[in-house]
Amino acid sequence: MSAWIAAAGQALLIALLAPIVTGVTRAVRARLEGRAGGRIAQPWRDIRKLLRKPPTSPEGAGVFFSAAPVVLMSTSLLIAATVPFVSTAGIAGSADLIVVVGLLLLGTVALALAGLDTGTAFGGMGSSREMTIAALVEPTLLLAVFALSTRVGTTNLGVIVAAGASDPAAVFTPASLLAFAALAIATLAETARIPVDNPSTHLELTMVHEAMILEYSGRDLALVEWASAMRLAILLGLLANLFAPWGVATGTTWTAVVIAAAVLTVKMCGLATLLAAAEVYAAKLRLFRVPELLAGSFAMALLAVLTSYILA
Amino acid sequence: MPHRPHTAVIEVGSAGELGRHVTRLLADGHRLALIAAHHDTAQHRGGQAIRIVYLFVAGQPDRRVELVLRADPAKPHIPSLAALSFPASRFEREMRDLFGVEPDNHPLPRQLVRHPHWPQDWHPMRLDAGTRPPLTGAEAFPFLTVDGNGVYEIPVGPVHAGLIEPGHFRFSVVGETILKMKARLWYVHKGTEKLFEGKHFADGVALAERISGDTAVGHSLAYCLAIEEALNIDVPPQARRIRAMLLELERLHNHIADIGALCNDVAYGIAHAHTQRIRETLLRINKTVTGHRLLRGAIRPGGAHLLNTPDLMQISSTAQDLAEIVEIALGHTVVRERFTGTAVLTRQQAADVGVLGYVAKASGLAYDARTAHPFTNLGETLSIPTFTEGDVLARFRIRAAEAQNSAAIIRQLAPTITPGHHHTETGDVNGHDGDIRCGTGIAEGWRGTITHRAEVGSDGRLSRVKIVDPSFLNWPALPVALTETIVPDFPLANKSFNLSYAGNDL
Repeated sequence: MSAWIAAAGQALLIALLAPIVTGVTRAVRARLEGRAGGRIAQPWRDIRKLLRKPPTSPEGAGVFFSAAPVVLMSTSLLIAATVPFVSTAGIAGSADLIVVVGLLLLGTVALALAGLDTGTAFGGMGSSREMTIAALVEPTLLLAVFALSTRVGTTNLGVIVAAGASDPAAVFTPASLLAFAALAIATLAETARIPVDNPSTHLELTMVHEAMILEYSGRDLALVEWASAMRLAILLGLLANLFAPWGVATGTTWTAVVIAAAVLTVKMCGLATLLAAAEVYAAKLRLFRVPELLAGSFAMALLAVLTSYILA
Repeated sequence: MPHRPHTAVIEVGSAGELGRHVTRLLADGHRLALIAAHHDTAQHRGGQAIRIVYLFVAGQPDRRVELVLRADPAKPHIPSLAALSFPASRFEREMRDLFGVEPDNHPLPRQLVRHPHWPQDWHPMRLDAGTRPPLTGAEAFPFLTVDGNGVYEIPVGPVHAGLIEPGHFRFSVVGETILKMKARLWYVHKGTEKLFEGKHFADGVALAERISGDTAVGHSLAYCLAIEEALNIDVPPQARRIRAMLLELERLHNHIADIGALCNDVAYGIAHAHTQRIRETLLRINKTVTGHRLLRGAIRPGGAHLLNTPDLMQISSTAQDLAEIVEIALGHTVVRERFTGTAVLTRQQAADVGVLGYVAKASGLAYDARTAHPFTNLGETLSIPTFTEGDVLARFRIRAAEAQNSAAIIRQLAPTITPGHHHTETGDVNGHDGDIRCGTGIAEGWRGTITHRAEVGSDGRLSRVKIVDPSFLNWPALPVALTETIVPDFPLANKSFNLSYAGNDL
């Protein structure tokens, strides 16, 4: 199988799976709270509905506003294609950690600029909060995966995951435990989950991510929602493959790839369930406490890097 | 049986006399319950005038004093009491908008109630107001601009993302810290007080129940108490107990909803989901008790009507459930951290603004109409919780404590009640020709003390009903409490006050 087809297939898989992952978090949360909740495929229905509607744009909004959904979607697709989710072979070899974090940040910045571009108070407020959070999250993402890269001596994600897949027992070190904790917190912050943000709130003044995208509608909103779901799926998939690398294919044979895709789906849905369950027990932090949480996760990531050198 | 309060009426002639009376009453522990203007015709006993009634009340024992001042209807001027009482300054602005009464030396003689589209010189409560003239272009609303390095404004509303009533909030913010918040309300003027005029007093109940949808019992009770005092109707003790119980049923379901909503505002959704479940149980109990989920239709002048007594097993299990939810929520460090120290209203501020209800109790003021102006004796079961912190946590805990106390009162009262009509015949209440009979009703609704003052003509028709929902007095306290609060905590602070827009803007 051509590496390029494999990459496109993987991007498609993540794109199709992402709204389901979001649906799982919502459904699990509703059930645990004693509510009936929506169906797992509901986010897909919402995206389909929005895709059929023409978008509107606020008066005076410029190119940043109209470009952001496309930029966000394409960076998400690019990450979904290259990061070794299904197979460590193929173009996964070109998935460098720093590039992936850079692409994530590019999407974040595009959305923050779009928030400013709307010229509304909420857009600016959301963007300002998002950048405060992003400035603390992105270094943590980098450092946490650095801790894992010292073992194999490269920042190439394909090599890191392949090393884990060939010897899963070697993944469980104090360093990777710290790195996991740091990455998990960074994931919550990056994907606007409780305790950093509340994805289901209607209170404009408390929003972070939602405040930036308040002006989007129709197709543009569908793209933003879809790409945001993909970012959640990507980060959960990354967590799964870095810290539980079982089942990742090391070649590109059909059977291996199909099995790996199935395993990935199970792992993502499992993590989504865990995330939802954790959210039921969590409440949203006061905004001024968020930097404390993120500074804590950064410190853990730093300790993970130190530990990986000392105990290596 | 609690004694029937006697209302002292003092006619005041001059501004100086009014000031002396007010100073004395306030020093004597009275609070200003309402100021009501009346546009009297020449047939009125006092002659043609804009008659202003200042109602001062004090509790334990129940004391009520009315000061009556008359102004020339052609060019009404009154001395402003703003220097003596902050609530007075608000009532004066309300009268200025609705009656065209000019308060002399008022520090802020600006529109309050008046819709910006109404013509400037149209005062709808005056007898000569006629139908509403065509709306004019909106006039500017003077927001105070805060200048400074890094200060910016966030306008929110009047249309919000959630299903809430309309209100515009203008925040002047530096970073995330609120420097100043100005609430622009008054989008929901319905002319409620005008709608009462000319109605037969028995028909006013339905309207009173709809003043603020979540306070059907509180408002209809205050209304009936006012009517009964005006017409000298005695209410059977059994009906009094039914009313007291309905008041607590209303308090219970509203407080539980608020407790859940406060948890939801800090994204603690599970507590919210369970309070919703409990509230639904209570609404179904309400339906079996009165035939209406929000307890409408049970209270009427002269008595009360009950279909069934509430299922006390369910009330008890509800109270236990609630206690558990409150314990879990306050045991959660993040939830507690969010509530603690947020939007503090100090005791002094609370007293100065003249707040009522749980907002007052959370700041250490124990005023409650059930002890200050009782209509039935609740005995030892009634307890008035107070906290001194004045923050969101205190307002949350007041609700939790009051809800438990309500359940206890319902458990005490229900066995003493038999369902059915308990009623004093109000048929023969017509007075002498030209006789205007007036009465005041004070009831502790779930938000706080509600005051109604009704005037009934000789034919049993209402000539004027003045309504004061606690929200009218509590709204100004919200911006005060927001000092040093951060923007993302505003929804939480706002929910902890949970003031009525409909009850505020009649």
